[in-house]
Amino acid sequence: MSSSHNTDEIAVHVADTHLTDKEIQNLEQKANAIRISVIEALVEAKSGHTAGPLGMADIFAYLYFHELRHDPKKPDWSERDRLILSNGHICPVLYSSMAHAGYFGKDGVEQFTKSLRKYGSIFQGHPHREFMPELDTSSGPLGSGLSQAVGMAIAERIDAGRSYKKWIWCLTGDGELDEGNNWEAIMLAGKEKLGNLIAIVDRNNIQIDGFTEDIMPLEPLSDKWQAFNWHVIEINGHDFTDIHRAVGEAKAEFDKPTVLIANTIPGKGVPDFERKPEWHGKVPNKEEGEMALKILRELGEKITK
Amino acid sequence: MINHSVKLNPKIWDKDVEQIPIRKGFGEGLLSAGEANEQVVGLCADLTESTQMHLFAKKFPNRFVEIGIGEQNLVTVASGMAAMGKIPFCSSYAMFSPGRNWEQIRTTICYNDRKVVIVGSHAGVSVGPDGGTHQAVEDIALMRVLPNMVVLSPCDSIEAKKATLATAKTKEPTYLRLAREKTPVITTTDTPFEIGKAQVFFKSKGEGQESKVGIIGTGSLLHRTLVAAKELDEEGVATAVLNLSTIKPLDEQAIIDLAKEYGRIVTVEEHQVMGGMGSALAECLAKNYPVPIEFIGVQDRFGQSGTPDEILAHYGMTTEDIKKAVHKVLKR
Repeated sequence: MSSSHNTDEIAVHVADTHLTDKEIQNLEQKANAIRISVIEALVEAKSGHTAGPLGMADIFAYLYFHELRHDPKKPDWSERDRLILSNGHICPVLYSSMAHAGYFGKDGVEQFTKSLRKYGSIFQGHPHREFMPELDTSSGPLGSGLSQAVGMAIAERIDAGRSYKKWIWCLTGDGELDEGNNWEAIMLAGKEKLGNLIAIVDRNNIQIDGFTEDIMPLEPLSDKWQAFNWHVIEINGHDFTDIHRAVGEAKAEFDKPTVLIANTIPGKGVPDFERKPEWHGKVPNKEEGEMALKILRELGEKITK
Repeated sequence: MINHSVKLNPKIWDKDVEQIPIRKGFGEGLLSAGEANEQVVGLCADLTESTQMHLFAKKFPNRFVEIGIGEQNLVTVASGMAAMGKIPFCSSYAMFSPGRNWEQIRTTICYNDRKVVIVGSHAGVSVGPDGGTHQAVEDIALMRVLPNMVVLSPCDSIEAKKATLATAKTKEPTYLRLAREKTPVITTTDTPFEIGKAQVFFKSKGEGQESKVGIIGTGSLLHRTLVAAKELDEEGVATAVLNLSTIKPLDEQAIIDLAKEYGRIVTVEEHQVMGGMGSALAECLAKNYPVPIEFIGVQDRFGQSGTPDEILAHYGMTTEDIKKAVHKVLKR
């Protein structure tokens, strides 16, 4: 790859220095609405994943309602940021965010909550571009999203040099870092100094068989990414101020890809679901769903006040 | 006799017929494709020269990505580049790509419908001394079972160049199968090539020949197939040889026409018989026009070290083996 660019070409897009209280309140409302639709959809679907989508709702709200350069009315806009969801099984939070952002028309949210995982639905059990062309990739089998994001970041650099216009976002789970394919991608991104690539790891510490540190220890996780020449920032994945500050810092980093290791609470928002590996791959029944929705709706009212 | 309308190499029967590795045609084709379209990019997993990508890499260093020894990364990075409008060619040995990274090819390229060309070089047992670990004889089966995937298996370097240039202009994910060894040059630059189209390269006059067999060959064994057909013709057996350089999508009409005209078929490929070109053809004929078929290829075995000729003889893929298969199918 070319490495002879003049530093005059650098155009780093640093985010605004801080979020206003109103912006934070708005994002909290969006995250809450995303969670409510996720629960409604999962109860109706009767299968799927609960903990991951709830845990990542704040980060998705931040991306879709504050940060991403995108246009839900023109999903194929060539100048948009790209978003790769590597852990495809948390797609209810992706679908919910896209639906609330207006990707699927006026009744998109209702379509999502009624048809997730059903025959003929665009909301497939794992994301599939053939059914939903608005997606940047199909995913499900773990560990190959980051490589695709690396490919996108390299392609953008071929076209735009290092005066990046588009940011490539890759969201991964922590459990899927067990997959070797990730570390091939991490190594290549470090080698290529992909400053236009931002990975966000959902560090929720659970995977199907239990807690990550029991199944296959990842720690010291930050050190690992750092050793592969990434810029590493640990954040509280439920604190918009923290997310915002870290994204600003990631965009200011020029010659390294950045990873945000987002400490999140699996099942966040519904206390009975939080921090329990068993909620990775099961969904609330009708009663559990009603309980969860009641809690989330009450929280919604509090945020508005 | 040679089908003159396809303008084959006039020296095709000569002992000193020019021999060039099939993979070399890919290298030249990729360079030309890169010159014609700046969206063409190359990726390689530490085998740049032996897969012949070095010509492209040298001319377009900014559009070449050295992945290192990581075939899963090779094809998934290519998928990401394709998503941004690039036309990625990613090369390695067939044993490693698609041998090692099948699920990534399935999900991120085929299921995801991204135009990526997977170039599997050093396919077949004729890799020789490297031994069985490096002899991919399952790759056609692995690739042809994937929805959306096109499977190309050119018979010589000239056809490999044409296949490379042709696939740079299509939208479908494609597997391009190449061999390492020097292979006799069968075609010329004037020989027609079209993805999805099989060509009759040899056809007996049929005068005074009572028995007749249609032979379908692909890739590196096509020259041996033609030699077998010529010798059979001289011995009084009418033959026709179809060059099946596109294994998927299959040129069903050409295959059915051959079966109708000849009534018996022999298939020839440097690949496992199970799941390979012969299987594809048998599926087609079983549905449309069932005839007796004999299959030349690897019979559910792994490869081993030796010279290409020794290995091909060991696994029953010589000119003599093809002739024996013809006589066997004639008795059915």
